Amino acid sequence: MPTVKKMMYVNRRAPHGTGYALEGLEVVLIGTAFEQEVCMAFIGDGVYQIMQGQDTRAAGMKNFSPTYKALGDYDVTRLYVEQESLSERGLSVDDLMPLTYEDEDDDWAEKPSVQVIVRKELSQIMAAQDVLFNF
Amino acid sequence: MKFSVMVNEGPYNHQASDSAYHFTKAVLQAGHEVFRVFFYHDGVNNGTRLTTPPQDDRNVVARWSELAVEHKVDLVVCVAAAQRRGIADADEAKRNGKNADNIAEGFRISGLGQLIEAGIVSDRLVEFGD
Repeated sequence: MPTVKKMMYVNRRAPHGTGYALEGLEVVLIGTAFEQEVCMAFIGDGVYQIMQGQDTRAAGMKNFSPTYKALGDYDVTRLYVEQESLSERGLSVDDLMPLTYEDEDDDWAEKPSVQVIVRKELSQIMAAQDVLFNF
Repeated sequence: MKFSVMVNEGPYNHQASDSAYHFTKAVLQAGHEVFRVFFYHDGVNNGTRLTTPPQDDRNVVARWSELAVEHKVDLVVCVAAAQRRGIADADEAKRNGKNADNIAEGFRISGLGQLIEAGIVSDRLVEFGD
């Protein structure tokens, strides 16, 4: 299967109220084995998935937020966060986990994976994809 | 054109499975190919043969099974999502020490790689969910 497609995983929901975020993340991780050109988008309540300092103990839910920190090691290095979604929720990039990856084309320099972009720019990136997975 | 379909919600509570079924059928009737239908999240609940709807309602599970038999459509239930929700074939039941299986005819249980593959080889991956 030599085809390489542009794939975007679109995350639209808060992390712990439904199972979509956790099971969506499982698809991303399995997908890394296929060596496609992948990125993720966080829109709407999806921005809560990568919030810093998540503590699920009182809710009795599994805290899978540390898993996002491993994405860089699996070459998932572009995490687009919609600016409007952050603003609407009173959040800024400082509220998000400082997710990074090591750039093999730049002497393994550590770089941020999270890119906060406006809705219009995100829609253009979305339109350029071959496959969208919505969670 | 080659299509794949993803179903993310269970039967009866949500229209996703109904819409996906009608879409899949229409795609086949129009002469296109359906490479795979992948059931994920609560969508795995479409794959239990223990479903017993009232007689005056549609049988969502049986409809999928008939489509699989008639058109050789590959119906794949995600193994990880299925384990969480108690959907098992004979192998899965044995492997997990369960005393019963419930997979419906025409469905098979496999991994998430089957979804990624469907995205890669299909011209269109059409997702039905919430």
